[in-house]
Amino acid sequence: MTPKTEAELADAIASAKAPLRIIGGGTRPIGNPVAGEVLSTSALSGIELYEPGALTIVAKAGTPLAEIETALDKENQRLAFEPMDHRGLLGTTGAPTIGGVVAANVSGPRRIQAGACRDHMLGVRFVDGTGAILKNGGRVMKNVTGYDLVKLLTGSYGTLGVLSEVSLKVLPKTDTQATLMIHGLDFAHAVKAMSAALGSPYEVSAAAHMPDMGHGAVTMLRIEGFEKSVAYRAEQLMNELAPFGDITVESDPAKSGKIWTASRDVEGFQKADGDIWRISVKPTDGATLAAKLGTDKLFMDWGGGLIWAVMPKGTDLRAKMNGTQGHATLIRADEATRAKLDVFHPELEPIAKISAGLRAKFDPSGILNPGLMA
Amino acid sequence: MEMPAPNATILSKKAKIVERLQSVLPKDAVIHDEAETRAYECDGLSAYKCPPLAAVLPSSTEEVSAILKICHEEGVPVVPRGSGTSLAGGALPTADSIILGVARLNDVIETDYENRVIKVQTGRTNLSVTGAVEEEDFFYAPDPSSQLACAIAGNIAMNSGGAHCLKYGVTTNNLLGVTLVMMDGTITELGGAHLDAGGLDLLGLICGSEGQLGVVTEATLRILRKPEGARPVLMGFDDNEVAGACVADIIKAGVLPVAIEFMDRPCIEATEAFAKAGYPMCEALLIVEVEGSDAEIDEQLGLIMQIARKHNPVELRESKSADESAKIWLGRKSAFGAMGQINDYMCLDGTIPVSSLPFVLKRISEMSKDYGLDVANVFHAGDGNMHPLILFDANKPGDLELCEALGADILRLCVEVGGCLTGEHGVGIEKRDLMVDQFAADDLENQMAVKDVFDPTWLLNPAKVFPLEASEARRAMALAAE
Repeated sequence: MTPKTEAELADAIASAKAPLRIIGGGTRPIGNPVAGEVLSTSALSGIELYEPGALTIVAKAGTPLAEIETALDKENQRLAFEPMDHRGLLGTTGAPTIGGVVAANVSGPRRIQAGACRDHMLGVRFVDGTGAILKNGGRVMKNVTGYDLVKLLTGSYGTLGVLSEVSLKVLPKTDTQATLMIHGLDFAHAVKAMSAALGSPYEVSAAAHMPDMGHGAVTMLRIEGFEKSVAYRAEQLMNELAPFGDITVESDPAKSGKIWTASRDVEGFQKADGDIWRISVKPTDGATLAAKLGTDKLFMDWGGGLIWAVMPKGTDLRAKMNGTQGHATLIRADEATRAKLDVFHPELEPIAKISAGLRAKFDPSGILNPGLMA
Repeated sequence: MEMPAPNATILSKKAKIVERLQSVLPKDAVIHDEAETRAYECDGLSAYKCPPLAAVLPSSTEEVSAILKICHEEGVPVVPRGSGTSLAGGALPTADSIILGVARLNDVIETDYENRVIKVQTGRTNLSVTGAVEEEDFFYAPDPSSQLACAIAGNIAMNSGGAHCLKYGVTTNNLLGVTLVMMDGTITELGGAHLDAGGLDLLGLICGSEGQLGVVTEATLRILRKPEGARPVLMGFDDNEVAGACVADIIKAGVLPVAIEFMDRPCIEATEAFAKAGYPMCEALLIVEVEGSDAEIDEQLGLIMQIARKHNPVELRESKSADESAKIWLGRKSAFGAMGQINDYMCLDGTIPVSSLPFVLKRISEMSKDYGLDVANVFHAGDGNMHPLILFDANKPGDLELCEALGADILRLCVEVGGCLTGEHGVGIEKRDLMVDQFAADDLENQMAVKDVFDPTWLLNPAKVFPLEASEARRAMALAAE
């Protein structure tokens, strides 16, 4: 089913007798396997409002992300949360949609400075499991009117409702960027260096670490802004981080940009064999976790707080986390492994009860991506 | 503003309820004497007062859990209270409710500079969170005007903002984890020191839920390194519309100031008379602040002033020193005090799309004439969060009602132009009955269904946020169960 209007979407859900598998562009097949008829939002497409002076964009959920990025680019603006493109890592094709980005709360390296997708969400329109058309939030930057169901819907993977329209905060693009690279650090020192950089006043907008996989370990720090300011902050940071080791600077903005697209899309692991896990932890736990997991195939983003790990097929990585606070998501694995291990981290009992209770309210007959998250 | 009639059964068993609360709390933590409960009869919306049945002041998460468990068993409504600075009546009690004050929960549990987080008990005041990390040059970003007094608990309940949220976001963007006690006494954790708590974003849902879903006793907050410096530029315009256009141009130019504050003529006149900050007498005044090193600030302010000059400002004053900065901020920071000198006032906080600013200001000034009440505007222009201050005389019969009616009309106007009723203060009781202007019945039903999941018997802060009519069936169910 590919409804063309919000009303058709509501009808399709209201008359559904069996589970539906909700997709946008189909480029992010993340979650426990769902059996059901495909309901695609791809025909609900188009930018409805874009006010650069108000830093706001409103678009139908199926709008291709590329269309939004092109429109923003013309006004020298962007989605500051830098959404990852999953196609390379998951081996999918097609056009990512803005609804898909929101449904999976997809962010990128700038998340540590600018916030996640959920932090830029201003409003949603969606259809719940009964076919009711609902809205929450709006199109203004500050809004505390009623419960924040915008955040609840963001990252709910279509299990609470099917998004029909989203409004987002956008931000100005920066003039230029540079990347500092510290060479040869192990995980523990890399996290220390990233913490020092992120705890400095120099507004680091991304901090990642790639261990030695044949080309030497490199810890990367991005600075963005006006040209003189970027040069000044890069110099200050180099001085401050000098005790950590050799530092080089990539000040060509195009080359620096490529470094971060590669980090954002986890290019280093796209061809790796095995399951791909995404782990969110306290940055300083990232360093010790590396030892617990017993693999060097780790890539750290968000100053050490986000870890991408390649594990042998079918390995239960969570069992190895051994009390580390945080959560691990099985992003890429075959269906059997995903069904066996659970894609999302098991929740504390009271939280699991609330999540189940919310799903029962939003989708009483359990037809929206049932079982995808839990 | 109407409040539900107290439940006679609860009133009649006050002694038993107090006795049970005393059995789990130290003696001085249960306040039940009628003279003493008066201290909790209102919050910052002081036009409405009602002493609670009793007030309790727990000192630990476990005590909070024990209190809620008892109230759950006895069917007693609970009104959580931070510091009681809510301007929306979020902490207004009913005669049959228990005030649960978190004032004694004010410890810092852990400061962690490497991971850039602080874990505090939620009775701690906003400013003293920054106070705890200041010596390492860190700060907690959300800065509501009441930051000297307001508690983190209330900040989380209302998802408070502040003048600097254009750059740093509001509470929800700076909150990483909470310890949550549910109405039945269950203690649980959401998130932690890691980013993006797993599963459904319940942390995002809790923040801004006005104490209706659970009581937050501990919070993990993001702290940031202080910028090297900050300096504002002050600009005056002889037309609101031009000032609005200037704001849009600054934003479009790619500079992201930390704050863009706007004051209109009535506000400028009042603050000038009160604080003598040396502001120009004009139609609109903007204060735009940027951060960074001295050279970075000079560059950004240079660009901003270049944009401003295109709009023919009547005054353009760049701060070159801390003294000059303080002077520019002096009037803005004393705006509310200045208003208080003139008269009683009601502070609204509807948000509008920035593009509607000139139209909305024009309509407000027309409405102000129609109602015969003065309105001054001071607000965060970068994000469209208005703060119309309606002046009235509380001693004059009918003036409060007139003021409320004008306030309601202004908020409806905000919704009409694509904005919302409240940007950072919360709904509370103040805007409860206007929710139907922003939301359809289905939308409100959907939100109330969320409360059903967390608090099935509707005991937590029950008479807030939703129009009494809309929540009546659910609140009645709670009473019947009791």
